[in-house]
Amino acid sequence: MRSPFLALSLAIVRGFVRDKASVFFALVFPLMFLVLFGGLFGDQTQSRVEMVQVGEVALLEEMSDGTRSAFDETFDVSRSEDLQAALTEVRKGDADVAIEMRGDTLVAHYTQTDQVKAAVTQGALRAFVDGTNVALSGEPPRFALEVERVEDDSLSTIQFVTPGLLGWAVAMSAAFGAAATLQGWRQSKLLRRLQLAPVSTRTVVGARVTVTLLIALVQMAIFIGLGAAAFDLTLTGSWWMAVPLLVVGTLCFMALGLLAGAITRTTEGAVNAANFMVLPMAFLSGSFFPLDGAPGWLRAFSTLLPLQHLNEGMLDVMVRGEGPGAALVPLVVLAGFAVVVTLIAARLFRWETA
Amino acid sequence: MAAGRTVSAAIEVVDLTLAYGDLRAVDGVSLEVPEGEFVGILGPNGAGKTTLLEAIEGLRRPDSGSATVLGLPVWPRNAALLPRIGVQLQASAFFERLSAREQLHTFASLYGVPRRAADDWLERVGLVEKADSRVEDLSGGQAQRLSIACALVHDPELVFLDEPTAALDPQARRNLWDLLAGINEAGRTVVLTTHYMDEAEALCDRVAIMDAGRILQFDTPSALIRGLDAPTRILLGDGEVVTTRDPVAEIGRLAAEQRLDGVRVQTGTLEDVFLDLTGREYRA
Repeated sequence: MRSPFLALSLAIVRGFVRDKASVFFALVFPLMFLVLFGGLFGDQTQSRVEMVQVGEVALLEEMSDGTRSAFDETFDVSRSEDLQAALTEVRKGDADVAIEMRGDTLVAHYTQTDQVKAAVTQGALRAFVDGTNVALSGEPPRFALEVERVEDDSLSTIQFVTPGLLGWAVAMSAAFGAAATLQGWRQSKLLRRLQLAPVSTRTVVGARVTVTLLIALVQMAIFIGLGAAAFDLTLTGSWWMAVPLLVVGTLCFMALGLLAGAITRTTEGAVNAANFMVLPMAFLSGSFFPLDGAPGWLRAFSTLLPLQHLNEGMLDVMVRGEGPGAALVPLVVLAGFAVVVTLIAARLFRWETA
Repeated sequence: MAAGRTVSAAIEVVDLTLAYGDLRAVDGVSLEVPEGEFVGILGPNGAGKTTLLEAIEGLRRPDSGSATVLGLPVWPRNAALLPRIGVQLQASAFFERLSAREQLHTFASLYGVPRRAADDWLERVGLVEKADSRVEDLSGGQAQRLSIACALVHDPELVFLDEPTAALDPQARRNLWDLLAGINEAGRTVVLTTHYMDEAEALCDRVAIMDAGRILQFDTPSALIRGLDAPTRILLGDGEVVTTRDPVAEIGRLAAEQRLDGVRVQTGTLEDVFLDLTGREYRA
C-alpha cells in the first residue's frame, strides 16, 4: 500500500512523463538551445587564412623551421601561376589573400570583407618580412618578444549560456507545470474530488512541488552532463550551491505558474499566461545573451525580475568561481518573490473555473 | 446495512440556502434520507441539483441552514467523514494520462485501501479489458463506470453520484443502471442527481423533484404519480392522442370504430408529474 503522498507523486510523474509536449518543453527544447549556442558560438578561434601564392615567393622558401610552423598555423597556402585567376578567387571570397613577388617586394592582395583576417594577414606578413630582413642583416635581434596568456574574466560561450539556459528551463517547466496542473485539475473537477478525499492540502501541494523539484534536478543533471561531455563546460568551486538556487527558483516560478492558473480560465490560457511571463523575462534576465551591453535602465529593470537573480546566482557559483556566499542574496530575493507571489495567487485562487 | 448501527438518517438537511450573487441556487431546502435508501434528485438543468449535492457533500458553505451526513456536520471540511462517503462528480475527475488501473490504485492509496481492492472494483465495473487503457481513451460509459469505481473503492456507507448517466447512449445507460442498483443492494445509501425521468423511476426508492432551487415534492415514484391523478392517454395507430378520465368507455368506443390497431395506453408518468409541478416545458 502506497502512502497518499507517494501515490499522488507517482500519478503526477506518470502524467508528466507521458505528456510528450511537457517533456519536450522541459528537457529537449532548452537542450536544443544549449546545443545551438554551444555548437555555433563555442569555437571562437579563427580558422586559418586562405592564401594563394602566385609564382615563386622566395620569402616563403627561406623560412626557418620554427617560422614555418608558425606560418602554417596562420595560413593555408595553395599555389597558382595565374595572377588574374588568384585575384578573382580573392574577390569572390574563396581565398583571403593572394601574394606575389615583384622584385624584392612582397605584394599582398586582400579584401576588407573579413577585417580580422585582413589585419591578421597584414600583421603576419609584415612580421615575416621584417624578420627576414633582420636575419639577412646578420645582426642578432636586440629586442625579443615573449607572449604570456592571462586568464580573462570574460566567459566562453558555453560557460555563460549553461547556467542561464538552465535557469530558463527550470523556470519554464516549474511555471508551466503549476499552471497546467491547477487549470487541468480544476476543469476536470479533480481538485474538488481531492478535497473530498481524506488527504490534506499539504500532501497534494507537497507532491506537486516534489515532482517539480525532481524534474528541475534532472534538468540540471542533463544540462551539466551534456555541457561537460560535449562542450567542455567546466564548473567552478561551489557549483553545488546551484541546487538550493534551483530549489528556491522552482518554488518561485511555481508560484508564478499558480498565479497564471488563477487568473485564467482554460489550460491553454494558463500555459499562454505562463509563457507570457517567462519568455520575455528570460530575454530581459540574460538567459540567452549577456545584458552587459544593454542600456542602464534596462539593466535596472532586470533586477526586478526573479529570473535575473536566479541567473546571476547560478553564473556566480557555477562558472565564475565565487564562493557559496554569492548565492545568498539571490536565494533571499527568490524566496521573497516566491512568498509574495504565492500569497497573491492564494488570494486569487478559485476552486472552480465558473 | 452494517450491523450494530441504529437506523438513522444518513442525510439531514435543514432549511439550506446557498446563493451565487442574486441567484438562489438552493432556496430553503430541507431533506431527510434514511440509511440504505436510494434517492434521486430530479430536475431540469439549472434547477440547483448539483449545488444542493455539493452543499451536502461539504464542498460549499451554505449561506444559511445546515447539512448533516452520517450524524456529522459537513461544513467545515470534516476529515473524519470523508472516508465514509464516496463521491462521483459531474465531470470525469481523473488524473491525466493514467491507465484505468493506475487511476483506481491512486484513489485506493488516497483512502488507505490495498490495491487489491481496487483491482476487484475494476472487475465489478467490467473494465478488466480496459485496465491498461488511458482514461482519455475510454468511452463515455467506460469513463463513468471508472469514476463510479473510484468513488466506491474505499467501500463508503454513503455514495453521491452527480448525473452518472449524462451524455451516455441508451445502451450504456441501461448497463450502468444495473451497476447502480447493485451498489444500493449492498446496503449503501445512494443519492444521485439526474434529469432522466425513466432513470429516477427505475432506480430510486424516493424521488425529490427540484426546480428553481426548491424541492417541490419528495416521495416514491408511484406515490408521486398517484398524487398527480392524471388522465389516461390513449395513443392511436394513426397518431391521434385521446386523453380521458374514463379509459374503459373510451376504448370501447374506439373498438366500435375499429381503430385499435397499434393502440397504446399510458397512465401518468413521472414526466407528467414533473411537468405538472414545474409548470413548464421539459428543459433537459
